[in-house]
Amino acid sequence: MSGKIYVAHDALSGLLDDLSKKFRVWIPQMMDQASGHIAFGVYAPGKKPELTRRSRLSPKKILFPSTDTLFKFTHVKDPKDPVRYTIDLKESFDNGPTLVFGARPCDTRGFQTFDQVFLKGQYKDVYYERRRQNTLFATLVCQDSDTACFCSSVGSGPADMTGSDMAVIPIEGGYVIEGLTDAGRKLVEASGSAPSPEQAAEAEQIKQKTAAMKVGEDDLTGYADDLTRRFTDMDFWREQVSPCITCGICTWVCPTCYCFSITDEASGMSGERMRSWDSCMFYLYTLEARGHNPRPTKMERYRNRVGHKFSYFPKKYDGMVSCCGCGRCIRTCPVSIDIRKVVKELKETADDRA
Amino acid sequence: MTELNPYRPEMATVIEIVEETHNIRTLRVLLNDPEKMKAFSFQPGQVGQLSVFGYGESTFVINSPPTRRDYLQFSIMQAGEVAGRLHQLNVGDQIGVRAPLGNYFPYENMKGRDILFVGGGIAMAPLRTLLLFMLDNRKDYGDITLIYGARTPNDFCYTYEFDDWKKAGASLILTVDNEAPDWPHRVGVVPKVLAEEAPSPKNRIAVTCGPPIMIKFALAALKQLGYADEQIYTTLEKRMKCGIGICGRCNIGEKYVCIDGPVFSCAQLSAMLPEL
Repeated sequence: MSGKIYVAHDALSGLLDDLSKKFRVWIPQMMDQASGHIAFGVYAPGKKPELTRRSRLSPKKILFPSTDTLFKFTHVKDPKDPVRYTIDLKESFDNGPTLVFGARPCDTRGFQTFDQVFLKGQYKDVYYERRRQNTLFATLVCQDSDTACFCSSVGSGPADMTGSDMAVIPIEGGYVIEGLTDAGRKLVEASGSAPSPEQAAEAEQIKQKTAAMKVGEDDLTGYADDLTRRFTDMDFWREQVSPCITCGICTWVCPTCYCFSITDEASGMSGERMRSWDSCMFYLYTLEARGHNPRPTKMERYRNRVGHKFSYFPKKYDGMVSCCGCGRCIRTCPVSIDIRKVVKELKETADDRA
Repeated sequence: MTELNPYRPEMATVIEIVEETHNIRTLRVLLNDPEKMKAFSFQPGQVGQLSVFGYGESTFVINSPPTRRDYLQFSIMQAGEVAGRLHQLNVGDQIGVRAPLGNYFPYENMKGRDILFVGGGIAMAPLRTLLLFMLDNRKDYGDITLIYGARTPNDFCYTYEFDDWKKAGASLILTVDNEAPDWPHRVGVVPKVLAEEAPSPKNRIAVTCGPPIMIKFALAALKQLGYADEQIYTTLEKRMKCGIGICGRCNIGEKYVCIDGPVFSCAQLSAMLPEL
């Protein structure tokens, strides 16, 4: 077989029904009709994937839940000596076979950042690793960008299948789904029938046409040293960030923002240690116990956010920018801060801007 | 798999508590698994994450040297929620330990050199580890001098060990910030005493640790005395959570204090972005 299948629009639910018997299948779905809020949710029969409108939230939480239990603990009293106790500790893993269907290339590529930090460093994050190993991505070749999209500016593009196991290519009347990895090909071949030669050719054409599209005007890689030069220019940062209300939505919606906090929740003798998404835009993020804060104002904090994505990360990981160009931070920012503009202006001199 | 989970703490028992000052106490702990305690291997300067279950984790330097293996020691100043709980523990209580984490003092490169320790307040904790390690390997090092400052005479840790340190071959210069009744030693902040003592930079390594403001002026004083950046080491601290280079918050540019530090030479610091 060719490793490709054709799924007509009206057969998609049937395919997802079948897949959801083997996998926990996540699809972009309408969460709130009134506000048009689309986010990833677990598929259940009757739910319709939203494949023609972009999701407000990325699939980040599927591999990296916004709140995740690392382990549970219980104080176990010693029956012989009531003041003595031991701690019973149980790790908790939640990592059944998972399929993400209908994420965009930017969404899937966001996990490349996670892979570097969570899997390839000195320590391996076993919680992320287990989910990652058990998750397949069927990624949509992206046909509908808007003015906030800039995936081509960060070394990607609307047909970039980095990190994807399958490509979902919209054609007339349905989709061609193409296996890209061994696991993806195996699943595809077991899930339907091959496209007609015409359908295969149309899919190939759309893939190539999309791959040739440039989404985002400027190349935003290669700014690592510009940020270093601009680091102490507080007038620059003040100007860039003065409208910011440090709400942190840019980090919440970001597919590559992975910073987290670890906290305990307990009641009585037992409790759990959890990790939850945190945000470098918050004052408390770096506040030390004795009151010192290395990033006391939004200027230092926003500088760190831009720096981390466009300077520190590429310096550490062979030029790789930790931004996937999805544009969510631009769309959701309540005061219209545009990270593309900030990055570009790193290069400008004070005179240019005056 | 379980053994490889870097977030899973080892269980440990508090076996001894030393009340150092009104807000600093030292915990001596043993890992509950004797095999793991026996195999526990670390270097001077490395840190550990201590857990009080139900309250969280916080980072403290392993305050006993690898040359003394009867227990692991941590000195804790009462600041923050977890430290506050650690101050309420009793002997026999259970804590979690994730250690060793971070880098360490490059003591191999310090062999054959004179050593100057410059410490203030609770920051004597990491210096004590290296000091004891060097005193336990006394012949490897030249002169060992310690300038140790605290706010008042009641704010010094490890006072019960000072005589042992001297006997083992260290010179101690103690100072308090302000005049105090019956205080026989120096008066003045650490950088001032350092400038007055003016230990020669010739063939000497300076290791300093203290609150950010002390470090700032101590580094300036050392440079004034002619110490090169390569001759000065310090330890940094930041708010930390994971301690393993993942959670993101302790970065200075692309460096992470938890895995690239906490020990940095002044030469390394000069090459880093100014965000202490």
